[in-house]
Amino acid sequence: MSRPEDTLPPDLFYNDSESRKYTTSSRIQHIQSNMTHRALSLLSLTHPSLILDIGCGSGLSGEILSSPDPDTPGGPHIWIGMDISASMLAVALEKEVEGDLFLADAGQGVPFRPGTFDAAISISAVQWLCNAETSDESPAGRLSRFFAGLYGSLRRGGRAVCQFYPKNDEQKKMISSAAVRAGFGAGLLEDDPGTKSAKTYLVLTVGGGQLDGDITGVVSGIEGVDVIDSRRKHREKGRREVKGGKAWIMRKKEQMERKGKVVKANSKYTGRKRNIAF
Amino acid sequence: MKILTLNFLTCARKACKAEPAAFPLHPRDAELEIVEAELNTEFLRNVLPRVEWEALRVVTEELGLPSLPNVAPEPDAIFPAASTAAAATANETPANPAPTQLLQDLHHLLLETTILSGKLVCGNCGHEYAVKEGIANFLLPSHLV
Repeated sequence: MSRPEDTLPPDLFYNDSESRKYTTSSRIQHIQSNMTHRALSLLSLTHPSLILDIGCGSGLSGEILSSPDPDTPGGPHIWIGMDISASMLAVALEKEVEGDLFLADAGQGVPFRPGTFDAAISISAVQWLCNAETSDESPAGRLSRFFAGLYGSLRRGGRAVCQFYPKNDEQKKMISSAAVRAGFGAGLLEDDPGTKSAKTYLVLTVGGGQLDGDITGVVSGIEGVDVIDSRRKHREKGRREVKGGKAWIMRKKEQMERKGKVVKANSKYTGRKRNIAF
Repeated sequence: MKILTLNFLTCARKACKAEPAAFPLHPRDAELEIVEAELNTEFLRNVLPRVEWEALRVVTEELGLPSLPNVAPEPDAIFPAASTAAAATANETPANPAPTQLLQDLHHLLLETTILSGKLVCGNCGHEYAVKEGIANFLLPSHLV
């Protein structure tokens, strides 16, 4: 699989010809519209909303958001799109899309005041943030500025769904942990995992909504979704290991054994108190 | 760019994040265009509580549009639908009351009036964001981020 973000920065890669190719390819249109519908179903909007589209490109997903079709739940929505590629925006302008467009770099933040948007979507864009083109910025910094800005601009109880193509597990982790650090409740949803057409959706929630419980509540009504909870569990309070206790001694012995030290064998007397001699 | 969008925009610079003067951005040499759009009552009902009326007033004044009242109109005055809708459902007729004049005016101002070209100036740092063909350029050189 070719990865365009490894070749050139997005504003240069999506030049006039590449933007046109992307927009007119019926295969890409089909995939993009599928992903947008999936993202919309995850957002579960019930009434017409103000939506931010990050990396809107030529407005392929925006067209779905603002269509009065019954396929668009809660629609028609009003959307605002931002993209870093001027050529992509030029194509969007030609198509006379309904949303407002911005030429902006998501890695520099989201220039909207707090609590602006009901929801945000991003289709195949976030992986571009994992590349820094100049030495005075870093992927981690760009991701954190983006997620912090996004978190600020969403209203309480708002949701964001970012579909992206992670290069590897490390990148997946980097993106989702950056989102968590910004304050989001985050979960990764994978469609067709392990296949060539695997799609990864980062589902983000801002606290204070009607969401019951944690991030897994987003998919509670959706069929065919398995929840894998890989969050670290908090250790129960009353069962903390006491220094010098039996559990502590056993752990230390194991640790030493792993280091290759000679350790006495365990018996039923290990870690017991001695009898008082007198 | 819609006037509604302008009501949500702030300066993109990090230094302006906490400054109250960075909002709203002030339009300069703006060329306006009217783009017809369908009235979406539900959307306006959803978004109007989030609109900063004071900023909207300042911006419309700077654009030379008819001035707005000092205080935001009460939601009841904009959407008389609440009572009429209840009455309509009681009469079992489709609840689709005619939009008020105020609602139509707000729709015209917020969603149909757009800035075609010009500049947006930050009131705090004075940075100018160019608007061309309705697209604002919010790319910052790296030393300003």
